[in-house]
Amino acid sequence: MKRHLISAADLTRDDAVLILDTAEEMARVADRPIKKLPTLRGLTVVNLFFEDSTRTRISFEAAAKRLSADVINFSAKGSSVSKGESLKDTALTLEAMGADAVVIRHHASGAPYRLATSGWIDSAVVNAGDGTHEHPTQALLDAFTMRRRLVGRDAGLGKDLNGRRITIVGDVLHSRVARSNVHLLHTLGAEVTLVAPPTLVPIGVETWPCEVSYSLDDVLPKSDAVMMLRVQRERMNAAFFPTEREYSRRYGLDGDRMAKMPEHAIVMHPGPMNRGMEITAQVADSDRCTAVEQVANGVSTRMAVLYLLLGGSEPAVTTTPAAARTEESK
Amino acid sequence: MSKILIRGAKVLGGEAQDVLIDGETIAAIARTGEIDWSGTGLSAEGATVIEAEGQVLLPGLVDLHTHLREPGREDSETVLTGTRAAASGGYTAVFAMANTFPVADTAGVVEQVWRLGKESGYCDVQPIGAVTVGLEGKQLSELGAMHESAARVTVFSDDGKCVDDAVIMRRALEYVKAFGGVVAQHAQEPRLTEGAQMNEGVVSAELGLGGWPAVAEESIIARDVLLAEHVGSRVHICHLSTAGSVEIVRWAKSRGIDVTAEVTPHHLLLTDELVRSYNAVYKVNPPLRTERDVMALREALADGTIDIVATDHAPHPHEDKDCEWAAAAMGMVGLETALSVVQQTMVETGLLDWAGVAERMSFAPARIGSLDNHGRPVSAGEPANLTLVDTSYRGVVDPAHFASRSRNTPYEGRELPGRVTHTFLRGRATVVDGKLA
Ligand SMILES: [Zn+2]
Repeated sequence: MKRHLISAADLTRDDAVLILDTAEEMARVADRPIKKLPTLRGLTVVNLFFEDSTRTRISFEAAAKRLSADVINFSAKGSSVSKGESLKDTALTLEAMGADAVVIRHHASGAPYRLATSGWIDSAVVNAGDGTHEHPTQALLDAFTMRRRLVGRDAGLGKDLNGRRITIVGDVLHSRVARSNVHLLHTLGAEVTLVAPPTLVPIGVETWPCEVSYSLDDVLPKSDAVMMLRVQRERMNAAFFPTEREYSRRYGLDGDRMAKMPEHAIVMHPGPMNRGMEITAQVADSDRCTAVEQVANGVSTRMAVLYLLLGGSEPAVTTTPAAARTEESK
Repeated sequence: MSKILIRGAKVLGGEAQDVLIDGETIAAIARTGEIDWSGTGLSAEGATVIEAEGQVLLPGLVDLHTHLREPGREDSETVLTGTRAAASGGYTAVFAMANTFPVADTAGVVEQVWRLGKESGYCDVQPIGAVTVGLEGKQLSELGAMHESAARVTVFSDDGKCVDDAVIMRRALEYVKAFGGVVAQHAQEPRLTEGAQMNEGVVSAELGLGGWPAVAEESIIARDVLLAEHVGSRVHICHLSTAGSVEIVRWAKSRGIDVTAEVTPHHLLLTDELVRSYNAVYKVNPPLRTERDVMALREALADGTIDIVATDHAPHPHEDKDCEWAAAAMGMVGLETALSVVQQTMVETGLLDWAGVAERMSFAPARIGSLDNHGRPVSAGEPANLTLVDTSYRGVVDPAHFASRSRNTPYEGRELPGRVTHTFLRGRATVVDGKLA
């Protein structure tokens, strides 16, 4: 694996499978009475958030803490940063504080890439969502969730998502989740279809390794997983679609539509959900919807990412549970 | 007055000639060793001799599109530093864009810029006047007053912003006819480019950066050539950047519409693939386009559809580029690398000869901007505005050596051909052996 995690496109199939396998090991730790590993003791992880996202921040925070890292939360929103202190100065400050890893969330596409490549900072950089570019750990936790549900928790170890049909529905144009998922799912061998009104599909999508459809109803019966993206109501004001009601009629997932999916198929959502917009309460609360599971899986996946970026080649889990795992898998 | 004898230079890339500068004018020119002094009352005696064998002698370059930033943003460039950069790049005249602080929308401001240019002494500065008050696109500036001022403004532009209101554009095109003026349009439909960060296409889709679609430029150009036709005015299109724009201008010219167009050096060489680095030095407006656009622009410059190369020299301080893409300023410096980029993209590809370069970087821009004493033939009796180029030179661009106050070049570390060894402004050397005099 590279030293940073900026784009899901940077991951090879083997990198990605290693992360997912490691995340399974981490998930076992969560099931133990003491949920903490000493792996990253003495290392400092900074959560640098230029954009509010409590969900993502606490997920990374929990992940780092379970690995015994010291965590510094640097919320740049509302601080001097938004008043013009540059990303560069912030980076230099973090460097001076001795950050080993910086988890960055930024409203500007490419900010994590700049942070990692401009020579401002030495630490590992993890992209926790940049503008409308990428959100690679979200894609990893989504892939983790899919592999568990569609392949199996133990059966999935060492495996990818070869041949699984994944449908991503909604505001692809503005979605970093969609971009990262298209890259990663393709790398893992899945067949991806994007579904959205044409206004919310980027010009240039034809080079992406996926299909595009404007009709949700056509695609649902051929889907093993359907990922509903959050659609901001404000998009309506920029004429991306006429009204909320029209959007949810054509692209929202309700009970009737869910019934068209194969029985094994799951419904995913990166959260937070706009109930009544892209997803009805009936679907959101059904046991086919993995939204809550995704949150739990997010911590395991982020533990795996931090571990692999910072922990080097040491085994993720101390010998006892590793041995236990060997026995289990026999 | 001093005399300078340039010996053995290939005039406009043609055969080797000797050129005698006496005072402010070219006194004599002939095949090397063959100047016939008899009856001229001239001699090369006492002249400073420049051995220029193998070098190419061009008329002093003229840039129709320079941002000198003074008044208001002297931290990025001043008239003095900008004209020093211009001289280094082989320019003897530049047109200073109006988007300063305050905006050059009154006779007072254009005269100030004009006077600063006179004082600088490195190259002539011809101010451009704003079409509308404050570049706001609502009310015409006092165009006539700027024309009648000491600055004698004939080119008007809201560059940086598009004159997007069709009625204001129509009126401006009509109004400046009274005194032979021309409107230079920055073609950018504003609604189609809200939040635009780069060319809209394959790369923007992947990078998640707001798209600046080609149609936002092309739709304005299409509208403006039709407006120019309707009111019988001429119109100039700034920094044309797309293959589609080329098609529209080609069509307009074939129809007899009085349109001229410019292309920047960077649009002749660089593509939006460079944005993958998120390095804001590649952020510019209009944005870098695709390979297909680059090739169409080169071809159009070669066949005359595009009339001139203009730098859109846009200095910005380091901190405005050393940041995340969205926060960075748009623009690149260009005066000191323009000729090299044109040599690489047009001459070394066989698309243009040096006479063609002289036409597109000196004669035509002077003509479009009604600048009488620049862009003149290299012949006896003409003002001695000249540029000598060592075309065999190869060097890596190092912005530390720039005369410009700003360093935001996209060519840092790139090897480019050619080097301006001497620049003469009315017979006075502003650059000698590649260094500012
Ligand atoms: Zn412009």
